[in-house]
Amino acid sequence: MFREPVEFSLNAAEKLNDTLNAFLQIDREGALRRADELEGSTRGSLSGLPVAIKDNICVKGLQTSCGSKILGAYHPPYNATVIERLYNAGAVIIGKTNCDEFAMGSSNENSAFGPVRNPWDTSKVPGGSSGGSAAAVASGIVPVALGSDTGGSVRQPASLCGVLGLKPTYGRNSRYGLVAFASSLDQVGIFARKAEDVAQVLSVIAGRDPHDATTADVPVPDYKKALSGDLKGARIGFPSALFGKGLDSEVAAAVKEVVEVYKELGVEIVEVELAHASYAIAVYYIIATAEASSNLARFDGVRYGFRAEDAAELRQMYRKTREEGFGPEVKRRIMLGTYVLSAGYYDAYYRKAQQVRTLIKNDFTTAFKQCDAIITPTAPTPAFALGEKVDDPLAMYLNDIYTVTANLAGIPGLSVPCGLSSGRLPIGFQLLGPYWSEPTLLKMASEYERVRPFTERPKINAEES
Amino acid sequence: MPISENDIAKVAQLAHLELPDDELKVFVPQITEIVSYVEQLNALDTHGVEPALGGLTPDGEKTDSSRADEVQACLGQRTALAEAPAAAEGHFRVPKVLT
Repeated sequence: MFREPVEFSLNAAEKLNDTLNAFLQIDREGALRRADELEGSTRGSLSGLPVAIKDNICVKGLQTSCGSKILGAYHPPYNATVIERLYNAGAVIIGKTNCDEFAMGSSNENSAFGPVRNPWDTSKVPGGSSGGSAAAVASGIVPVALGSDTGGSVRQPASLCGVLGLKPTYGRNSRYGLVAFASSLDQVGIFARKAEDVAQVLSVIAGRDPHDATTADVPVPDYKKALSGDLKGARIGFPSALFGKGLDSEVAAAVKEVVEVYKELGVEIVEVELAHASYAIAVYYIIATAEASSNLARFDGVRYGFRAEDAAELRQMYRKTREEGFGPEVKRRIMLGTYVLSAGYYDAYYRKAQQVRTLIKNDFTTAFKQCDAIITPTAPTPAFALGEKVDDPLAMYLNDIYTVTANLAGIPGLSVPCGLSSGRLPIGFQLLGPYWSEPTLLKMASEYERVRPFTERPKINAEES
Repeated sequence: MPISENDIAKVAQLAHLELPDDELKVFVPQITEIVSYVEQLNALDTHGVEPALGGLTPDGEKTDSSRADEVQACLGQRTALAEAPAAAEGHFRVPKVLT
């Protein structure tokens, strides 16, 4: 009974990987063994569900490369807490998905193992950094995948690939076993094609973990139960200032159409202002790189992973290992983070950024006095071409303009597909809510899905393979 | 603020990166552009604004993360050394420290 869906996922993953490069490891043997073990055992809420895991989340027995040469085929000796919880609920992990190196990127082109391709158009990027997970769900290889979201790394690829992507409230999910990029922003997120699946997986993985002191002691509701009921009397904030310069006209039109759908569902639309949103990218690239420069100091060729050869002494070994092991974007961010934290610059950059982070948090607190959620586009454009932005880091960073604010403020964000562009590329809208408002966001997504089901399938998909 | 090749070379040293000249030359204009972009924050008056520390929500801040001081199972020497590029005699082996 459990073998069939697992075999379907494994076959599709193997068949489509030459085209998509979505998986860095496919665990046929382990997944089938696990499916067989589930027969006759007590049924969990996810029994037999095939799941793909981003390659920066530790799964015992499988590799964790983080898309980096410096870790390569590193095999962690323990499971991340979210993985333990998936296993306890009966999920079957079929493999590890490709991603930008250490989750740094918006196109998946920063993977040391080659870019992932968008299943809607293989000349386009899938988004990043969790591009492999997004492509695996969009192409129907798996119904659900986990990723990580530091500045939009779940929501942006979800939008570019036409699936749902949730970044929960900071502290909702454990980060134990998620390889750290920027600890005050990182959160494990969920990809799925239906709001119901996101809800079900969140109910399993969420909650306090003694191994992660930043998980909050806040009860975990049954998120699936929260999906029922209508939206009459609900209020959605519309930040019209964010629908201007730099936003693709087709994306703007699609998201405004979603607003009309919500009005028909009885939602009241209120104008809100997020006065400091335009500073979010600047704040993000100071805080995220500062934290990354510290977190990535541990990759030094001593305890695990790659070590450069022919170093005469210890410090030279560190420098050569890191120079040869890290890719250009990771080095750029480590350098930037080291620069903003260095003596004499700390107050001018890091302290200033943390102050503006407070202002961004306050903007949301004020806005959520008037509404239950805020709607924005998820990404400013549909998927762009491979290679289009690789030489222009700043242009690449601006892709996250709508998503980074949620990480800075710690609030949840959910990307939902809402149609295709004239070039047949998916467009997504984003719902942002107050802390712990995942039930509201999922219900809003589920109601939208009910009246405007997204039934289009990408060119590259498992059903037709 | 203008950023020179020397500045970048110094940062690379602090970050334990041995950047070859060609990479250094690519990074200088890129990091200059990003730093001048983030300097737009200077236009904001943040006098008296408390800096945010970490990403915790108010509920997260209230959460007591202490636990009983009890010995728990650990990896053990063999597992801890299993992924090391050069383990020897129960230790991590590294090149000469003092030269």
